[in-house]
This record gives sequence, C-alpha cells and structure tokens, in this order.
Amino acid sequence: MAKVDALHPWKEVPLGCAILEPGNARTFKTGDWRSKIRPVIDREKCIKCGMCWIFCPDMAYGHREDGYFDWNPDYCKGCGICARECPKDAISMIAEEE
Amino acid sequence: MAQRRGMEVSIAVSEAVKLANVDVISAYPITPQTHIVEHLSELVADGELKAAFIPVESEHSALSAAVGAAAVGARAYTATSSQGLALMHEIMFIASGLRLPMVMTVVNRALSTPINIWNDLSDIMAERDTGWVQLFAINGQEAVDLTLQAFKIAEDSRVLLPVVVNLDGFILSHVIEPVEMPDQEQVDRFLPVFNPALRLDPDHPVSLGAFGSPDVYMEVKKQLEEALIGSQKVITEVWKDFGILFGRSYKPVESYRTKGAETLLLTMGSITETAMMAVDALREKGQKVGLIHLRLWRPFPFKEFFQAIREAKVLAVVDRALTPGGMGGPVGLEIKSALFEKTDRPYVAAFIAGLGGRDLTQEIFTEMVEKANRYARKKKEMRYEMIGVREK
Repeated sequence: MAKVDALHPWKEVPLGCAILEPGNARTFKTGDWRSKIRPVIDREKCIKCGMCWIFCPDMAYGHREDGYFDWNPDYCKGCGICARECPKDAISMIAEEE
Repeated sequence: MAQRRGMEVSIAVSEAVKLANVDVISAYPITPQTHIVEHLSELVADGELKAAFIPVESEHSALSAAVGAAAVGARAYTATSSQGLALMHEIMFIASGLRLPMVMTVVNRALSTPINIWNDLSDIMAERDTGWVQLFAINGQEAVDLTLQAFKIAEDSRVLLPVVVNLDGFILSHVIEPVEMPDQEQVDRFLPVFNPALRLDPDHPVSLGAFGSPDVYMEVKKQLEEALIGSQKVITEVWKDFGILFGRSYKPVESYRTKGAETLLLTMGSITETAMMAVDALREKGQKVGLIHLRLWRPFPFKEFFQAIREAKVLAVVDRALTPGGMGGPVGLEIKSALFEKTDRPYVAAFIAGLGGRDLTQEIFTEMVEKANRYARKKKEMRYEMIGVREK
C-alpha cells in the first residue's frame, strides 16, 4: 500500500508507485473497518497451537513470549476465521459496542 | 558497412532481438507472429542466445512473465498478434504502470469475429491507451532497426516505459526483404547493458504493484502521462544516435514528396510504400500530391505533424481499424482532434480501408486522393468513408 499520509506531488511519487520502505503497511491501521464483532480468547482452553495466527488473513495475531497469541485491534476485521479454525473452541466472537 | 541480404522479416526481427542480448523471452505462438518466437526458441536451444525462453500457456502469461522478468532487472521481450494482444490487455496497463521497460513486437492482425489471420491495425489500436510507446515499421529494415532502438528507448532513465514495435502481419512478417543486419559490436556500442532504476532485490526490498488509494492514484497516472510525453525527446535522441552509428535516420513523422503538395496521404505501416508508388504516379501526371507517414503513434508527435502538413490543403487519412459507432477510425479521429485547435487547417477526408487483409493497391490510394480532392472542393461534411465495401 502506498503511504496514505504521504501526499506527494506527482513529480515526487516513487516510480510506478513502488513502495520503497518495506513493511510500511503496518503504519496503515485498518482496524476501524472491523465489523462490529471481535475475538475473545479463553486462555484456559488455548493450547498455543497457533492456528489463529496461521489462518488470520490480516496478520492481526501476534506471537507472545509466553507462547500465547494476541489479536491486534489495529488490523482485525472481525471476520471470525480464528474462532472457526480454533481446534479447542477457545475463541469466541462477541459484539462490540458502538 | 554490413551487407544487405535477403531475409524473412520475422527472422530478421528475432536476430535483432538476439543482438539486443535479451535475458528473458516469454511467448506464446500465434499467427502471424509465430516465426519470430520460433526462431528465438531455436537460437536459445542452440546456445546462440544465452537467455531464458519461457514457453508460457497463454499471452496473458507471456506478458505477465515479461513483467516479472523486467521487475527483477532482466531485459525482457515478447511478441504477439491479434487475439493474443487482446488477451494481454490488462497486463499492458500493469507493465506501463509499474514503469517497467520491455519490448514487444506486435505483428498486426485483424481481430475476430469472423476469425481472420490477415493484416490490419485493429489489434494495436485497441491498446492505444495502455501507456506504451508505440512505433510502426514500414519495411523489414525498419522492423529490425526499431526493435534495437526500442530497447534503448524503453530503458532510458527518463522514459522507463514498455515499447511496442508494430509490423504488418504477412505483408511484412512473412516477406523476404533485403535487410542490413548490424554486427554485435555495433549494437553493443549503441545499446548499453540494462541498468534498472528499480528492481525486486532481497537485499534492498521494495514492493511493486501495491494498492494506490484515491489519494495517490491520479498523481501516479500524471507521472506516467508525463513520462510518455517526455519520451519523445529521448526517442528523437535515440534516432539521432542510431543515424550516426548506422547511417539510417528516423523521424516521428516522415514526409515523402510533400514539397509543393496540396494533397497529402497519411499512412502508417507497410501500406506506406504502396501509397508512395501512387504518389509517384500522380506526380508524373502533374498532380500536387505527397505523403506523410506516422512512425511514432504514442506519444503522438503533434509538433512534427503540424510542421509536416503546414502547406497542405487536403489530407487523406487512411485508417486500418474501425472505432465502431464513433468518428470512424482512431487515426482520423486523432488527426481531426489535433487540427481542431488550428484555424488554418486542411480539409480532412478520413478513410477506412484494408481491414482483415483486404488488399490495398496503388489504385485504391489514387482513388482516395481523388475522392479527398473532390470532397474538399465540395466542402463535403464527412465523418469517414469505408473504401471497397460492396453495396450489392
């Protein structure tokens, strides 16, 4: 994604709209597009298998040092794939308040 | 000086691609482009050309693979015709949008339906707005020279755009013509090693082809448009350099017997030489007739065009493609639009002829000149006229 906060004049747009700074999609927070639901993780049921992290299409899950996985509201769209794929039903989707 | 020898134009073009020392050729065979890529695959298989030849499964993939190759910094080449070019359509925008230099030969052929393998310009004219530099050869020698020049134009740091070299299907591609092939040493002097401005490299990561939001899209398109317009300066320089090294000079708009001419034929591609014969015959009869032909179609050479037609009273524009439901043909449309800003402009008679390989003879050019003169005298209001269509 070309940086949205960099409103270049046309002469200064990188050649062919190339992205010269690797991984700058991280700075473009898309979590506010989320459907009004979000995952809640039950650590009692979680076996640290990482299926949520593997299946998340928006890479919203991060690996913690203690082996658990956290979701990041800056990128999560509320699709519920993590909840569906979790083999231990440790993730449930709950409605977010307005 | 190199020797002139008889060569099939397709073979000559593939030899030129070899001289350009390409790294990657990705191609799918289609009539009448086939001989070019067949010969290139032989050159690679025989070890005469050290390049990767990728026999892809479609033209969509052919151009996609060329885009990928150019994106990692390879000198990429492909060739196609007609339906194959139509299948490449969406990737054409991507090649130019990513500002990736590459060269494609389009061996011009009509589009279906009805299925027709013969020559006209409807394939390339449908790709007019894809952001590629578009050149037209009128004979075998030009096809060779433009191919070599195309790499230099595309790769110039002020251009960085893909280039199409057009040559007419069968009429040029399958004909044996006298061609002077430059030698490798000369070509190496003319065409430096490709030094990409931007490429995919794990040590210096960049992303190509990502999303561009409404905040950035128009600026990116403006940059492409300015690069294409600006490419004309480079094209002219490349032609000048080529002239010095090889002794053959090229211009965006070429004039033939235009001195004192009141009526000018305007052509593109191989029909030009037949039209020149018609001009010669009419000149012998004392008629003030000349010809201009467009070698450069995109970017359109406005200044040179106005200069070339400044003394003309009547312009007979020959299109070999139709824009159905519109002004008739893309070239006529372009010329009329260009002249709209001029108060003192020639009468324009726009003709469409030679579709789907219909023969264009010297007599037909004479007929178009006569009609153009007659319509101009009557100040006839016309959008266009199709030549040689049976009414009954």
